[in-house]
Amino acid sequence: MKYIIAIIQPHKLDEVRKELENVEVPLITVSNVLGRGRQKGYTEVYRGIQEIGLLKKTKIEIAVNEEFVEPAIGAIEKGAHTGKPGDGKIFVLDLHEVVRIGTGERGGPAIG
Amino acid sequence: MNTGDTAWVMACAALVFIMTPGVALFYGGLARRKNMLSVLMQCYFIMCLMSLQWVLFGYSLAFGPDVHGIIGSLEWVGLRGVGFEPNAGYAGTIPHLAFMIFQAMFAIITPALIVGAFAERIKFSAFVVMMLLWTTFVYDPIAHWVWGGGWLSNLGALDFAGGIVVHVSSGVSALLMAILIGKRVRTNNHGFAPHNLTLTVLGGALLWFGWFGFNAGSALGAGGLAANAFVTTNTATAAAGLTWALIEWQRLGAPTTLGIVTGALAGLVAITPACGFVSPLSSIVIGIIAGMICYMAVTAVKSKFGYDDAFDVFGVHGVGGMWGTLATGLFAEKVINEAGANGLLFGNVKLFFIQGFYLVSCIAYALIVTWILYKVVDAIFGMRVDREDELVGLDLTQHHESAYTILE
Repeated sequence: MKYIIAIIQPHKLDEVRKELENVEVPLITVSNVLGRGRQKGYTEVYRGIQEIGLLKKTKIEIAVNEEFVEPAIGAIEKGAHTGKPGDGKIFVLDLHEVVRIGTGERGGPAIG
Repeated sequence: MNTGDTAWVMACAALVFIMTPGVALFYGGLARRKNMLSVLMQCYFIMCLMSLQWVLFGYSLAFGPDVHGIIGSLEWVGLRGVGFEPNAGYAGTIPHLAFMIFQAMFAIITPALIVGAFAERIKFSAFVVMMLLWTTFVYDPIAHWVWGGGWLSNLGALDFAGGIVVHVSSGVSALLMAILIGKRVRTNNHGFAPHNLTLTVLGGALLWFGWFGFNAGSALGAGGLAANAFVTTNTATAAAGLTWALIEWQRLGAPTTLGIVTGALAGLVAITPACGFVSPLSSIVIGIIAGMICYMAVTAVKSKFGYDDAFDVFGVHGVGGMWGTLATGLFAEKVINEAGANGLLFGNVKLFFIQGFYLVSCIAYALIVTWILYKVVDAIFGMRVDREDELVGLDLTQHHESAYTILE
């Protein structure tokens, strides 16, 4: 089992979701985050004081069984790619355990 | 000079003033988070810009001594000769300055109404130039024709508080600009959800509140006519808000908050030209029909033709104002207002056709001039932000600010 975390451009979320649904990985958790990679932030000015704000990004988290890992990564890449700085990153982590709270199922069957 | 009239008209000027921040919040709540400040900023910028435009030359163009029925002369530029003494032609019992500042608030809110059409994609520099030109070449002449002694006022057209001058002129210009600037970039297939309807409700409530000044203040005196306008305004608004909510309940299974606020706004618009000429019972009918046709305009008509009038300036102000102008030709009664005329339902066919002619000529003028101004400004400044800036949002790219942060 793997835990996939992806940081993407906010306006790419709908395309990524569509691609993920195409590879039968519709389960997803999403949050608004701020951050930056190589792309610089936007300059914000408040009463003359300048600051470089962090960029608005969207964080996606998905738990998948092994056979869905590569399709899910491919779907996120396809949906989020523009080729410009700021497209984001995908992190893949080993996942030790999953518990479905409603039924008490554990491991692989608890994911989907 | 009458102190009661003077106090009332100045209080009404302040009421009309608060409508523009009201419009800003109404539209702002309908925008997406990333464009919230851009909408507020466009309205606030108009408040500053048009206040000066009006004092420097706008008032003179609209209300200055008539030149061939077409425009006011520049004799009153910088408010020269506009002072403490009343101007009998406009309002004989209040200082000319009080009349001027009451009218200034109308010249501020009218361009601010248009903001809702091209929101979330217009370039700020182009916006500023376009709105200054629009107010000068569309609003000021039409205000002159109808209220400033121009050719339409001699024709017998009735427009108590600005159904055409304010709402139809801005509504049809808004539709044209929304079409010319093109649709917003879609990042999904379910549309553009409002980001804060609480603020939209607050803005809608401020509009209703301020509208008492807009309509009842247009009596230009504190008397029975002002009271009639106040009552018809509140009554038509209530009828329209209720109608919209009930239609939604019946068709969609639930009445929505945005629906009732939008319906009330449609009622306010529709009663505007009629409020000083019709009875309270007629205003109920005007409100109900306003709720129905504006609902159709915002839902069925907009989706059929596919234009992206972001916050429905045309559907509410354009269509509501057209209905109100024709409704004045149907429901007006000389019993209510000696200076008015009887409408179709009271045995006078002529007024209805005058209202129709008035409507068509103002729409044609507003569309032609808006089209020319748009092409000029677009050629020089480029009206639209580039795609990347639109995706990031106008707050950051046009104003270097964010309305909200998710950090403490």
